[in-house]
Amino acid sequence: MANVYFDHNSTTALKPQVLEAMMPYMTNQHGNPASQHSYGRNAHEAIEQARRQVAKAVGAQSNQIIFTASGTEANNFAITGIASNLNQAQLLTSSIEHPCVSNPAKAMQFRGWQANKINVDNNCELDMHSLQTQLAVPTNLVSVMFANNETGAIQNIEKVVELAAAKKVLVHTDAVQALGKIKVDFTALGVHAMTISSHKIGGPLGAGALVLNKRVDIQPLLYGGGQEKGLRSGTENIAAIVGFGAACELATQSLSDFGTHTEDLRNQLEEGLANMNAVIFGQEAKRLPNTSFFAFENIDGETLVTALDKLGFAVASGSACSSASGEPSHVLLAMGIDADTARGAIRVSFNADNTANQVNKFLIALKQALQDLRQMTAVDA
Amino acid sequence: MDRMPIYLDYSATTPVDPRVAEKMIPYLTEQYGNPASRSHPYGWTAEKAVENAREDVAKLVNADPREIVWTSGATESNNLAIKGAANFYSGKGKHIITVATEHKAVIDPVRELERQGFSATFLEPEDNGLVDIEKFKAAIRPDTVLASVMFVNNEIGVIQDITAIGNICRENGIIFHVDAAQATGKVDIDLEKLPVDLMSFSAHKTYGPKGIGALYVRRKPRIRIEAQMHGGGHERGMRSGTLAPHQIVGMGEAFKIAREEMHTENERIRMLHDRLLAGLISIEESYVNGDLDHRVPHNLNVSFNYVEGESLIMAIKGIAVSSGSACTSASLEPSYVLRALGRSDELAHSSIRFSIGRFTTEADVDYTIKLLNEKIGKLRELSPLWEMFQDGVDISKVEWAEH
Repeated sequence: MANVYFDHNSTTALKPQVLEAMMPYMTNQHGNPASQHSYGRNAHEAIEQARRQVAKAVGAQSNQIIFTASGTEANNFAITGIASNLNQAQLLTSSIEHPCVSNPAKAMQFRGWQANKINVDNNCELDMHSLQTQLAVPTNLVSVMFANNETGAIQNIEKVVELAAAKKVLVHTDAVQALGKIKVDFTALGVHAMTISSHKIGGPLGAGALVLNKRVDIQPLLYGGGQEKGLRSGTENIAAIVGFGAACELATQSLSDFGTHTEDLRNQLEEGLANMNAVIFGQEAKRLPNTSFFAFENIDGETLVTALDKLGFAVASGSACSSASGEPSHVLLAMGIDADTARGAIRVSFNADNTANQVNKFLIALKQALQDLRQMTAVDA
Repeated sequence: MDRMPIYLDYSATTPVDPRVAEKMIPYLTEQYGNPASRSHPYGWTAEKAVENAREDVAKLVNADPREIVWTSGATESNNLAIKGAANFYSGKGKHIITVATEHKAVIDPVRELERQGFSATFLEPEDNGLVDIEKFKAAIRPDTVLASVMFVNNEIGVIQDITAIGNICRENGIIFHVDAAQATGKVDIDLEKLPVDLMSFSAHKTYGPKGIGALYVRRKPRIRIEAQMHGGGHERGMRSGTLAPHQIVGMGEAFKIAREEMHTENERIRMLHDRLLAGLISIEESYVNGDLDHRVPHNLNVSFNYVEGESLIMAIKGIAVSSGSACTSASLEPSYVLRALGRSDELAHSSIRFSIGRFTTEADVDYTIKLLNEKIGKLRELSPLWEMFQDGVDISKVEWAEH
């Protein structure tokens, strides 16, 4: 099994302090927050405490946080729920969104909306001119991700909000990959809705949230017991929510260290990659500090990932969710990268626990793997 | 913190069995892969754990693991089943039959479908909480496309005749959904024999963690549903979203323990139930809600006449119970389930749901009986209504003066 984990954008290990915060709610604190007795009240209070922690980490008010079971659910909730309460019009998403934004947008086409994509340039940055042109058509909702999960490119959300506001269009941003890596401030961004997720920041799987401006009407995705002020029914996953809160607090505290440390590692990595003639995607863009997405000519990404795994390094080829499909990354295609190059793509994503020594060893392993693979192809030829 | 009261609210949520928690911990610490990551062993290990758990869940209900779709809980399962099937099959008809005593997670999605142009019949159950099969038949229309009936009621514990209702649905080409959140580990469920197309499950009512559930979707004959959550195409496209292995593993273990232990456990719980029942119905003017034969022993819902509900709850703080279901207990409305049984608002208001489970002891039950006898006696001493009743006045015929 690989012993060096460089796939933190996919999911990242639970921080020990987070587990500690969760443990009581996995054992003796087992109440249902809707119950009136002390078990229930304790559970309820734990959730409200987590809500305050999450709100603080993202520059929002507690009453703007709606807990969900995941980032996927929060994105579906945002797109479907907000659009359902608006008149049918154009729904714009960027061409590099995660499928849990682009697919619900596509699904709204069956309900009379026109789902269109906003282009990005070859650095993975949103084409603001294209957005402005597209906003000429009556539009009611725009969704642009804050930071891309594959290239790490950070979008200028304030600018998107500015252009949209001129047309009174609501803006949603998927900030799942940004949280914990760069500063995320809901109020300063000015968006109407924002998605965040726990398991990308050292919290557990099973909790996410939609941060929502109270003036925006939203239709629930899940109906039932009326939890989360009727906006998200279902007994709360207390342990995960408590973990999410704790992880948010820790992530905020260590944000600048995370940035400096992982950026150092990435610079070290990319210097090495340049020497090996790698193509680095989105390198000119403002990027998440921990993410590097690259390819080598005539080397298949999947094969290289497997070879690296045998050498002890867990990395990804494109995003985890589509890694079963064998299709080249839609993000790279949107950037205008040709399909052959895109098939070679490998993503390395660090966290604070990774070390310079690991990166050094990785570069050596990578060189070895490339040599072996090229020899094999040479023999085949 | 004060000493915690005795927990008798297992129908609201169960504690996580320590054996379940133990199985979950590794997936919170060293085994943290994303099961969708195909390129490294972190992902493979997580995927394998997810599939083993799927098998354990399937085994408890005698289904094929491929018929189990993970969700975030029974609420999502119910929403997915009802909206997903109604939307997919809406070309065949737009009428839905359900029961007035269903959980809100069934009622409210049906109401939402009504807003989208479907029509719905909310059957009133009999006074014992059971659905009359003839009335169910009579509710069927040519355009009936979906029926949803819960297996075990969360408030009163009655077991519906799922086989009979399912057979009628089969004969009429109606998709049949069953909310089994309160049934797993309590009644035997054999989906190879049961004429059920969709069935919702929850982990946290069966000693597993909160935040995880499943939906059974029959393969033969194949039932299709429209996904309600779109994204990475997890769960064969029926439900996208990164799976949480620790929770799934927890649900698998919880259902495995249920399979292995339910029969002996339910014996013990039946004895506790009978003991509690005997101790409570000996209190004058107390009424059990729901049929006494067709019920799970885990639940006992009793109305105590001439006692004000909120005062009673305040008086019995030594035990954690609920009045009405937890989900609606924040509102002061009397339980809609009890009202559907024809209970008066007064009786519905003074009802208590005792739900017992794996960690309930005989001493807990005896304490409860003693506490209720004592407190109800005291409250009634203060009650003018009780005094009138004792004097032989028929309260229902009293004409109250207006002030």
